[in-house]
Amino acid sequence: MKKTDRYKGENRKKSGGVKTEAGTKINAFRLYKHYISVIIRSKMQYKKSFFMYSLGSFLVSFNVFVGILFMFCRFSKVRGFTYSEVLLCYSIVLTAFSLAEIFARGFDTFPKMVRTGSFDRLLLRPRSIVLQVLGSQFEITRFGRLLQAVLLLGYGIWKSDVRWNFEKAVTVVFMIAGGTALFSGFFVIYASLSFFTLEGLEFMNIFTNGLKEYGKYPMGIYGKGLLWIMTFLIPFALVQYYPLLYLLERRSGIGHIFLPLAAGLFLIPCYLLWRYGVRHYQSSGS
Amino acid sequence: MKKYISFFRLRMVMGLQYRVAALSGIVTQFFWGFMEIFALYAFYESNPEAYPMTMEATCAYVWLQQAFLAFFDVWILDGEITESVVNGNVAYELCRPLHIYDMWFARGMANRLSRACLRCIPILLVAGLLPRPYGISLPADGLHFGLFVLSLFLGLTVVVASCTLVYVFSFFTISADGIRILFTSMSELLMGAVIPLPFFPEKIQRVLELLPFAAMQNAALQIYSGNLSGNEMQRALCFQIFWVVMLIAGGKMLCRAAEKKVMIQGG
Repeated sequence: MKKTDRYKGENRKKSGGVKTEAGTKINAFRLYKHYISVIIRSKMQYKKSFFMYSLGSFLVSFNVFVGILFMFCRFSKVRGFTYSEVLLCYSIVLTAFSLAEIFARGFDTFPKMVRTGSFDRLLLRPRSIVLQVLGSQFEITRFGRLLQAVLLLGYGIWKSDVRWNFEKAVTVVFMIAGGTALFSGFFVIYASLSFFTLEGLEFMNIFTNGLKEYGKYPMGIYGKGLLWIMTFLIPFALVQYYPLLYLLERRSGIGHIFLPLAAGLFLIPCYLLWRYGVRHYQSSGS
Repeated sequence: MKKYISFFRLRMVMGLQYRVAALSGIVTQFFWGFMEIFALYAFYESNPEAYPMTMEATCAYVWLQQAFLAFFDVWILDGEITESVVNGNVAYELCRPLHIYDMWFARGMANRLSRACLRCIPILLVAGLLPRPYGISLPADGLHFGLFVLSLFLGLTVVVASCTLVYVFSFFTISADGIRILFTSMSELLMGAVIPLPFFPEKIQRVLELLPFAAMQNAALQIYSGNLSGNEMQRALCFQIFWVVMLIAGGKMLCRAAEKKVMIQGG
C-alpha cells in the first residue's frame, strides 16, 4: 500500500512541476523524455519482476532463433537458402520489428485507451494526439530486445557470405527503415480500427506478430501464391524478399535497393485511416 | 464441489459471449496454420529423408494445435487475477468460503474450454475438407481416438495447473509481469510450440520428454496422427498423469504457504 501510494504521489508532484516550471511551451522531445522517465520509475518499483521480465522477453526472440538453429541442424537448406542466409533475413526483420515496437508501442495498447475512455483526456490536451499516444507506453525491456536484435544482426552479417559493398550496406539500412515503417503502419491501423470496434481485433496480429514470426524465412519459400499476396496486397516482400535476393546476388538491378522505401508509402493510407478514425471518434463514455 | 461447478458454469457462459472475437481468432489461426504448414512443407521438399514425421502427421499436428490453441496457449493468463494481486482486490476472493487455488483452477479450465468450444469446430471442419496431405484425416481407429481425447484433457489440466502455479507465485513477486513472461517464453519452446518436439535434435528430445512441458500439447497431438504409439504412447500418458498430480499437489502446497504470509496491497 505504502509503495504504490508513494509512487503515485511522486509522479503527481513531478508532472505538476514540469507544467508550472515550463509556463512556456516545452518542446515535444522533452515531453516524450519526461513520459519515458515516469514510466521507468514506476516499473522499477517491482525490481524482481523487472529482471524476470527482461529475461523472459529476451527468451521470446531467442526461442525463434533456437527454432531456426534446430531446423537447420536437421535440414541443411530450405529451397536453396542456407542457415546463414535465413539468419540474416530474420535478424533484419527482427530489428525492424523491434524499432517499430519501441516507436509505435502506444498504438498497440491503444484499444484499451478507447475502451476505458482515457482517450478523451488526450483530446483535451493542447498537444499533438500522435505524440501523446506514442508517449503513453514505453517499456524499457524493448530496448533490450532491440539490442538483442542488433546483436543478432551483427552475428547474421558476420556469418553471411555476402560480399559487402556500399550498395549492399545501403540496402540493409533501407530494409530496416522500410520494415520499421511497415510494422508501425500496422500498429496504426490496429489502433484506428478500434475507433469503430472498441475491441482490439485479434486478426491484426497476423500483420504484426505473424509477419515477424514467419518473416524469419524468405517469403519465397512459402510458394508463389503467398509471394504474390506479400508483394501486391501487403508490401512485405518488398522490404524482405526482393532486397534479400539482391544482397545474396541472386538478382541484380539497382531498383531492388529502393524497393523497401516504396513500401514506406504504406504509411500514408495508414495515417489517413487514423485521421478518419479520430474525426469520427465517439467516446465510449466510461 | 457444487460451488466450483457453478463457478465453472458462470465463467463458461461468459466466455461464450465473445463470438466476434472468436471469429477474428479463427481467421488468425488459419493464417498461422497455413504459414506453418507451408514452411514445414518447404523443409520437407528440400530434404525428405531428414524429415522426422510423415507430411500427413505434420499437417494433423499443426491443425490440431490451431484448433485447440485455447487449451495449450501459454500466453493466455488471466489478467484479472494478476491485477487483483497488484491492486489488492484479491482480498475479497480470500474472504470467500472457497479455496482460492480451486477457484482459480476452475476459472482457468472454464476460460480455456469455452474458448476452444467456439474455435475448434470450424477449424477442424475446414481442415478436414482440405486435400491430402494438407488437411487432417480421421484417426486410425476408435481406441486411438479415445486415447487422444484422454491425452488432450490431461494436457489441458497440465497447462491450467501450471498457469495457476504462476498466479500463486505472483503472491510472492506482487507484479506478475516478470514471472508471467518468463514462464510463457520458456514453456513455448519446451512444449513444442515454436517447432514441434520431433524436430528437435534427438538428445535434447530425450531430455525434454521428461519435463512437464512435453506433457502439455505434444503427447495428444502426436497420438492423434499415430506418430506416437505402443510403448512410447503409454510412457507419454503416464508422464502426463504424473505431472497432473505433481503440479496440482505442488500448487496447493505453495498456495497454503502463500496465504499464510500474504500481504494485501491497498489503495
